[in-house]
Amino acid sequence: MVEMPVIDPEKCNACGLCVDVCPCGALVMTNGLLTVIETELCGWCLQCEVVCLSGALSCAFEIIVDEE
Amino acid sequence: MLTMAVDGKFLQSIPYFAGLSAAELDSISRLVMEKKAERRDIILHEGEPAEAIYFVVSGALKLFKTSAEGKEQILSILRPGDSFNDVPVFDDGSNPASAEAMGPVVLYELGKSDFKALLRNNSVVAANTITVLAEQVRRMVSLIEDLSFRHVIGRVARILLEYADGAAPGARLTQQDMAAMAGTAREVVGRSLKSLEQEGVIKFDRHRIVIVDREALTDMVESPL
Repeated sequence: MVEMPVIDPEKCNACGLCVDVCPCGALVMTNGLLTVIETELCGWCLQCEVVCLSGALSCAFEIIVDEE
Repeated sequence: MLTMAVDGKFLQSIPYFAGLSAAELDSISRLVMEKKAERRDIILHEGEPAEAIYFVVSGALKLFKTSAEGKEQILSILRPGDSFNDVPVFDDGSNPASAEAMGPVVLYELGKSDFKALLRNNSVVAANTITVLAEQVRRMVSLIEDLSFRHVIGRVARILLEYADGAAPGARLTQQDMAAMAGTAREVVGRSLKSLEQEGVIKFDRHRIVIVDREALTDMVESPL
């Protein structure tokens, strides 16, 4: 399973800006419903999160220490 | 690419043109050109002569400045209804920042001389302009405060260490979360994380922030920049 940005459908106003800016085509708007497609191409660029004014998209980071 | 099709209803939603009559909007629509751009297209280059003001019809852009060392500071994200390059149109200076399309965008372009004539001849547009510029000044002052006076890197370093040490096991943080916790703007957190990465203190592994040099990060907390 590939980690992907998380959508909060309650907050999404279906403006489609995230779909426009996503460089890997991982976001799809169908009949006003935003969905995310799992893809290795998603580089966690945060662009979808940055353009979303309603805070419906989250690209959260896990914070870990390199133990090597 | 420039075309002539302009949506009068959209013009009405632009703060500069709020409260104008249908006839006034119609005359403005004849001065406006539609411009389309694709992802990564640079619409404006910082420092070049400014010829027009732009209004975002659809899509998103980032407005940014680049330092001599090549560091990028995002000033704002522009969305439908926003305008940009307003200031040089008024003071005849150069473009104060660069603008890059984040995906496909449609813009309306209004030439500097046309916009200045509108401003002289229409008191509603003149009053709206003061409101728009006042809002921009307020936003920029807030960003300047964050960039100049606050020790954001030290606070971001503290947040990273706390979460790496299991302050909230399993919790994840967005840059917006970190900004709220550090009491700053998201743009400033983004820049702080980039600086930490460039200094080799952390590295990004897709959805993970990996602390590479714990000691250096701890020093930043104790003596923030």
